[in-house]
Amino acid sequence: MKRDLLLFIGFSLLVLLAPQLFSGGYLMNVLVFVGINTMLSIALNLLLGYAGQISLGHAGFFGLGAYLSGILTTTYALDPWFAMPLAAAVVGGMAFLIGFPILKLKGHYLAMATLGLGIIIYIVFNETVELTGGPSGLSGIPNLKIAGITFDSDVKNYYLIWTATLLVMIFSLNLAGSRVGRALRAVHDSEVAARVLGVNSRILKVQIFALSAVISSLAGSLYAHTMTFISPASFGFNFSIELLTMVVIGGLGSIYGSFLGAALLTLLPEFLRGANDYDIIIYGGLLMVMVMYMPGGLVRGIPSLYRYLVKSKKGEPGHA
Amino acid sequence: MLRLKNINTYYGKVHALKNVSLHLAAGEIVTLIGANGAGKTTILNTISGVTPASAGEILFCKETVVSLTPDKIVQRGISQVPEGRQVFKPLSVEDNLELGAYLRYRSREGKKSIHRDMDTIFTLFPRLEERRKQLAGTMSGGEQQMLAIGRALMANPKMLLLDEPSMGLAPLVVQEIFRVLERLRQEQGTTILLVEQNAKAALKLADRGYVLETGKVILEGPADELLENAEVKRAYLGKDKKEMWER
Repeated sequence: MKRDLLLFIGFSLLVLLAPQLFSGGYLMNVLVFVGINTMLSIALNLLLGYAGQISLGHAGFFGLGAYLSGILTTTYALDPWFAMPLAAAVVGGMAFLIGFPILKLKGHYLAMATLGLGIIIYIVFNETVELTGGPSGLSGIPNLKIAGITFDSDVKNYYLIWTATLLVMIFSLNLAGSRVGRALRAVHDSEVAARVLGVNSRILKVQIFALSAVISSLAGSLYAHTMTFISPASFGFNFSIELLTMVVIGGLGSIYGSFLGAALLTLLPEFLRGANDYDIIIYGGLLMVMVMYMPGGLVRGIPSLYRYLVKSKKGEPGHA
Repeated sequence: MLRLKNINTYYGKVHALKNVSLHLAAGEIVTLIGANGAGKTTILNTISGVTPASAGEILFCKETVVSLTPDKIVQRGISQVPEGRQVFKPLSVEDNLELGAYLRYRSREGKKSIHRDMDTIFTLFPRLEERRKQLAGTMSGGEQQMLAIGRALMANPKMLLLDEPSMGLAPLVVQEIFRVLERLRQEQGTTILLVEQNAKAALKLADRGYVLETGKVILEGPADELLENAEVKRAYLGKDKKEMWER
């Protein structure tokens, strides 16, 4: 338990000091995205990595949070601090209701159902032009304000987003280590066995689905208020797949893994920009190599790679 | 203690249990024997609420439990050890046992009594204590079976439903597990309903037995009488016509 706490404190310090190391600028903006994607990956990981239920429609919940926040604060001139929890409650309630019928499905069928859900939400964003502005998007969303500070620069947004991300992380770490976290992993491994021990797997799955949607919705609201402009293109099927990739590459069933996956997949395209047209080939190739050689994700793959390297270094003098 | 009256259960259109009636007195060990597909597992799943009955009555401690969900039935005091063990392989032995007490964490009795019960299980199965931090999936079949039984006991049940605990295990390990069942009955007064393919071993342990065939109870009686019954001998114990039993 103490080690977990130290790890979290160390991670928080790193987050706190990062702006000093990278001296602001464009990279700060990218790191804001790393934070948002970390929250989303954690949300999906709770569902996929812990409870073992897939969702290919999480970009939809992310988008709903963003649009509800955006519409409530622009068209209805609500305070953002009030709009965010309201959006989260609506999205959570919706996920809860939808969760009952669709979480009865398993495996590929659940994947198809959530895929459909994501696509429906995406189409609604595009077609309800009076409400959402349609394909040309929704602009003029206000920034968040707290005690006279307006979060309108990259550095301020960095601290805003990462405060939220750290809160989501500590909440999820606690949840994963609790009795509920154990029950989720039990449902993942053998639903029948979990049920005969008294775990009400049906309700539990719906609850975690709704929780996951609420976190995604909050990430969406924060996204809307930091970017001040949203359009449907950010919430399509491609982004759902990208989230899934982050979770798998980072490591299923690991909160820090979600951070690693989100960081890698957000930063990699930026670093590969120098490779011009070849970036997408390198990107795809790297993902393939990682899935092949790090099946447990980065969070388990990096330590074993390190151990391997240390061992081969120690071995060398003997051979020479 | 438990009484099933005219239970009928379906899997879709398949009529798996046809008017099954049986009963267990408190502290009794009763076994269900029968060939594959006779409905033994279905009876256990119907009692535990996993595959609910479509008609009939189940009374537990004089209260009807027939339409309750599995978690409510665990709360009433019936725990099932599912077929094929179904331990949570990526979790440690300790985590598996704590999951057995899942519903008790919500009640007011506190973690102390749960940890005391875990120690009781470690005295029943010392090998689990040696491996408490080990992942369940890395243990042998026998150890996993012990863990599955221990996990069910963590719910503090009045009655234990066991689904083929001897499956795929060496005869010595089976003996060890059956000895623990006997001890449970003596020390804690646990009532046990045991489903077995290994009819001989099961009838030696049990007080009474029921013989099932294609969803119906065709024979019932004290275990020692069933052991001597000519039909049971021929069909399930492999006497006279050994080749019929050897699939």
